[in-house]
Amino acid sequence: MPDRDTPAFFLGDSPRRPGSVSPTTTVLEYLRSVEHRPGTKEGCAEGDCGACTVVLGEPDGPRMRYRAVNACVLFMAALDGKQLLTVEDLAAADGGPHPVQTALAEHHGSQCGFCTPGFAMSLFALDRSGAAVDRAEAVEALAGNLCRCTGYRPILDAALAARPPDPEDTATAARLRALTAGGPLRMKYAEQAWHAPETLTDLAAALVADTSAVPVAGGTDAGVWVSKQHRRLNAIVSMEKVQELRAIERRDGMLRIGAAVPYEDALGELDALFPDLGAMVRRIGSRQIRERGTIGANIANASPIGDVPPALIALDAKLVLRRGAAQRTVPIETFFAGYRRTILTTGEFIESVDIPLPKDGRVFRCHKVAKRFDQDISAVCAAFSAAFAGGAVRDIRIGFGGMAATPARAHPVENILIGQPWTEASVRAAMTVLDATFVPISDHRARAAYRRLVARNLLYKFFLETAASTPRTRLVPAP
Amino acid sequence: MTARPPAGTSVAHDSGLKHATGAAIYIDDMPEPPGLLHAFIGLSAHAHAKIARVDLTAARAMPGVAAAIAAVDVPGVNDVGPALPGDPIFADGLVEYWGQSLFAVAAGTIAEARAAAAKAVVEYEVLPHILTVDEALVAESYVLPARTLVSGDPDAALSAAPHRLSGRIDIGGQEHFYLEGQVAMAIPGEDGDMLVHSSTQHPTEVQHLVARALKLPDHAVTCETRRMGGGFGGKESQASLPAIVAALLAQKTGRPVKLRLDRDDDMVLTGKRHDFRIDYDVGFDAEGKILGIDVMQAARCGYSPDLSAAICDRAVFHADNCYYLENVRIVSYRCKTNTVSNTAFRGFGGPQGMIGIECVVDDIARHLTLDPLEVRRRNFYGKEDRNLTPYHMKVTDNIAPELTDTLAARADYTARRAAVAAFNMENPWIRRGIALTPLKFGISFTLTHMNQAGALVHVYTDGSVMLNHGGTEMSQGLYTKVAQVVAAEFGISIDRVKITATTTGKVPNTSPTAASSGSDLNGMAARDAALAIRGRMAEAAAPILGAVPEDIVFENGALRAGGKSISFADAAKATHRARLPLSATGYYATPEIHYDAATGRGRPFFYFAYGASVAEVEIDTLTGEYRLLRADILHDCGHSLNPALDIGQIEGGFVQGMGWLTTEELCWSAKGRLLTHATSTYKIPATGDIPAAFHVALFESGGNPAETIYRSKAVGEPPLMLGMSVFFALKDAVASKAEVSRFDAPATPERVLMALEAKS
Repeated sequence: MPDRDTPAFFLGDSPRRPGSVSPTTTVLEYLRSVEHRPGTKEGCAEGDCGACTVVLGEPDGPRMRYRAVNACVLFMAALDGKQLLTVEDLAAADGGPHPVQTALAEHHGSQCGFCTPGFAMSLFALDRSGAAVDRAEAVEALAGNLCRCTGYRPILDAALAARPPDPEDTATAARLRALTAGGPLRMKYAEQAWHAPETLTDLAAALVADTSAVPVAGGTDAGVWVSKQHRRLNAIVSMEKVQELRAIERRDGMLRIGAAVPYEDALGELDALFPDLGAMVRRIGSRQIRERGTIGANIANASPIGDVPPALIALDAKLVLRRGAAQRTVPIETFFAGYRRTILTTGEFIESVDIPLPKDGRVFRCHKVAKRFDQDISAVCAAFSAAFAGGAVRDIRIGFGGMAATPARAHPVENILIGQPWTEASVRAAMTVLDATFVPISDHRARAAYRRLVARNLLYKFFLETAASTPRTRLVPAP
Repeated sequence: MTARPPAGTSVAHDSGLKHATGAAIYIDDMPEPPGLLHAFIGLSAHAHAKIARVDLTAARAMPGVAAAIAAVDVPGVNDVGPALPGDPIFADGLVEYWGQSLFAVAAGTIAEARAAAAKAVVEYEVLPHILTVDEALVAESYVLPARTLVSGDPDAALSAAPHRLSGRIDIGGQEHFYLEGQVAMAIPGEDGDMLVHSSTQHPTEVQHLVARALKLPDHAVTCETRRMGGGFGGKESQASLPAIVAALLAQKTGRPVKLRLDRDDDMVLTGKRHDFRIDYDVGFDAEGKILGIDVMQAARCGYSPDLSAAICDRAVFHADNCYYLENVRIVSYRCKTNTVSNTAFRGFGGPQGMIGIECVVDDIARHLTLDPLEVRRRNFYGKEDRNLTPYHMKVTDNIAPELTDTLAARADYTARRAAVAAFNMENPWIRRGIALTPLKFGISFTLTHMNQAGALVHVYTDGSVMLNHGGTEMSQGLYTKVAQVVAAEFGISIDRVKITATTTGKVPNTSPTAASSGSDLNGMAARDAALAIRGRMAEAAAPILGAVPEDIVFENGALRAGGKSISFADAAKATHRARLPLSATGYYATPEIHYDAATGRGRPFFYFAYGASVAEVEIDTLTGEYRLLRADILHDCGHSLNPALDIGQIEGGFVQGMGWLTTEELCWSAKGRLLTHATSTYKIPATGDIPAAFHVALFESGGNPAETIYRSKAVGEPPLMLGMSVFFALKDAVASKAEVSRFDAPATPERVLMALEAKS
């Protein structure tokens, strides 16, 4: 099939094939300057405030699946094959407001109003998800929409107010498929190129063929390079359309998560297998970010404060790496070569993450500590996985984030604990070793002394939580 | 003057549905005029340096660039100082903070302007800098002289007191984080005139400062503001710079220019809430009653005075909060630092002054092992006696005691304090804390002459009404409230009243929409205009109704007397036929207020607004993380003009105040560069931070004893200080496990954990 050279999508109900636009133009800029739709606002340009929230629909069988996303860090080329819905699209057939918009107004849910279109879109996506909406679900769905005026109470009331469901859209999925029939998108604009291979083989070949190409999955990080750092990315290979990379499955005693699986799509399995990890992933970015961002990229960008790697280190996860046809499997803790550096060779990429399924008798806990509960970057992440026998530590694996230049395994702490009785004295001794293991930095997120203390205390907390009948060690869940 | 509908009812915000549908137009959403240029401001990369050279030659040669300007290119006065000089539009020979405006470029696109700005050559000779209040105090570096307020004999009272404590609290600043950043669009007209659309709380100041910078008479400049995407004080004086730069570039090029700061530049370039250090020395009796107190307030003003004089004055005026301080000395230092010039922010120094005395009463209670609420009650102002403030204004409207009692009962404070103690007995790792904090906030600009307002009302012959006034709409619903007043006076439905954008061309020489004064001032001015027109309509309708004008009632869209009626529209036509004007200006000046800055005595406030809140929190003593479990608020709005809008202000203020005192932390590098300049690094409260149990009510009072518009009370700023209860609840939880000698704000999880570590 011939490749296509222009992204094709629906804006509301209208097909669009914008001919002359950079693939890395943000959807926010496109909406405001090309489509003259000013309802979608720029509040922060880094996917952190939600004022630019739009909804992406994509075919899911005969139906549509909708995701609230941040338009400010979404590339134009990523719209290919999707339906883009903005606040202007919510109007009813008669031009009147959508029920979510009416609810916001009736509950006095806006004051300055600048964030309100974003809230309307997040609520619209929430309604369309079909999920039963209780307060916790509403809080989670709206945690990525900042409001400086209302204090949120009336907005949550609007979210929880009953309203009739939207009629289901049964036509757009087929229309979208027809619109994008043909080969993969291979787009050129000035010196820029965007290639979205649709098979693993083609992706691997593309990354070997052009070693300067930046592999991008959801683009929530690369989007910020463009929106905030004003960098120009010349060659991009998108991993989003590679179906093999979007699979999540249990097999051979492993949970295999494809590198391009968005966080939100992994939550079901994570909640079921590793509840603490599921809870922590819910605190990564916002729902808008998690609908695009992937666990694979959270590992590949090798940030010392990435939230997932410490947990994966404790869980003894393996990474399947691929370069061309060659595959290798490495333990995740050997993946990080230094500050924001990895062992990936030129043209190599992460294909999947393999996490051993929980075993009886093994305990796993993980924590994220940040200034704000939701949508903040961690000061410290800690994860522990241990097996006990006869009151002693048979095996323990400990991963930390925020304590070193990379996500790190705390080998010395593990070594002093293995074989020891699981007692206060052993743990106190291990806490001293932990202190000597890492030299964290002081920055605007946390001072070094706090990071050290939290790391020690989280190890102690793991002890408390695995000891018999301890008083509460966790705060009440999000209200 | 009692309210009648729609005044006093929960009319929805006039733009509520437009907000939700995206139809509300902000300045960046306006259709762009042909030839529009986009402007970018070049910022300094040192905190304190001589500028040897600013060379824009290379910038001017970049693609798309229409103009690049610096200090030398300003035809008029190169200063945007609102009250006192010292805020250059473009730094001239000296930069005094990291991120100060140096020059600006206008180009076809913002990307071109930004790329061109990167080509500017700036040579610095770096000078030593002062960043903190502590450094400034040591160096005696001040933007303005210190002020001292003394009442009674503090020294004698302190030495005679049976108990004495001293302590200190440092309170961090706060970024406004209006969701819509600073933005302006300047459109040149004929005769060199300039129309400036500005997201400003103070259109008159923008007009005057643009005129001064462009060397034009005030009449040549019009500033228009339909709405802001949030202000909170951050667009009182800080909106001027972007507007002036846009106007300078528009004047230079003859083309329209838009200037919108992106989030990072906005946070770096514009002022924030003043951080304060407060030291105290207090003498008290065994019941915790304060006998004498010596307070030192030191504010980080940044590099220039801006509004710091009035802000620091207000901190002094609120150093008492609800408490009678018979023998008191307050010394206020206005520190000069090489940081951005701090500015107005909801509360305007009041919150900082208040948290100082709240810290004192809390420390006294812990010292005497009393319930802090009991100590608060024992120190409340009296009604007939013990009612003189340190600035010798009598508190004649004190409702703090009954408001506090009502709230304590509704929130079940006593039982819950016991339950918290019981919980803490059983829980070594998770601890709880509870606190009730009251507030009393003085209403009026302390600069007396600013307490005035104007309005313009037209009635058209179809009976529809155009309303304009000097107040601006930043989110608070001012336009709605003033429209309620006009609709009530005319006895018509509010949808007959067209709310129009604030513009210096309709109502001149206005005060900023600030100091919570919007409805008090503009509501009265609009009422004055409506009454003038009403008088003429009654005069015209009198012969038709066969009544004297005084007997004519305006209600339900009609004028009625003696069983007869005429529709409001027909009355308007009759008035026009009678050749009487259907247009009027209205004016209001707050009565009775006066203040002598030299003696520190007077009545700076027309009245006080009151409120109180109870917060209960839970902390994780291993990480310092916390949750707000429940909040109960009772707030005084007099006879509320609009209960729904007022509750919106109360809840929003509480959450913003909580953010200030908990997760919102501003950090600078050792070189003076702001490190927390984006959403990713500066954390305002999100949905998950507010409690499910959030009980907010208006205090049922007999209305404002002062003669305000329908006996309502101002509500913009006071509720911010309700957030103090969260801070003191956190302190209470920490105190359950550790002896707290010092607990600073913001109480980030790190601060909480380190306080637990200090002496546990």
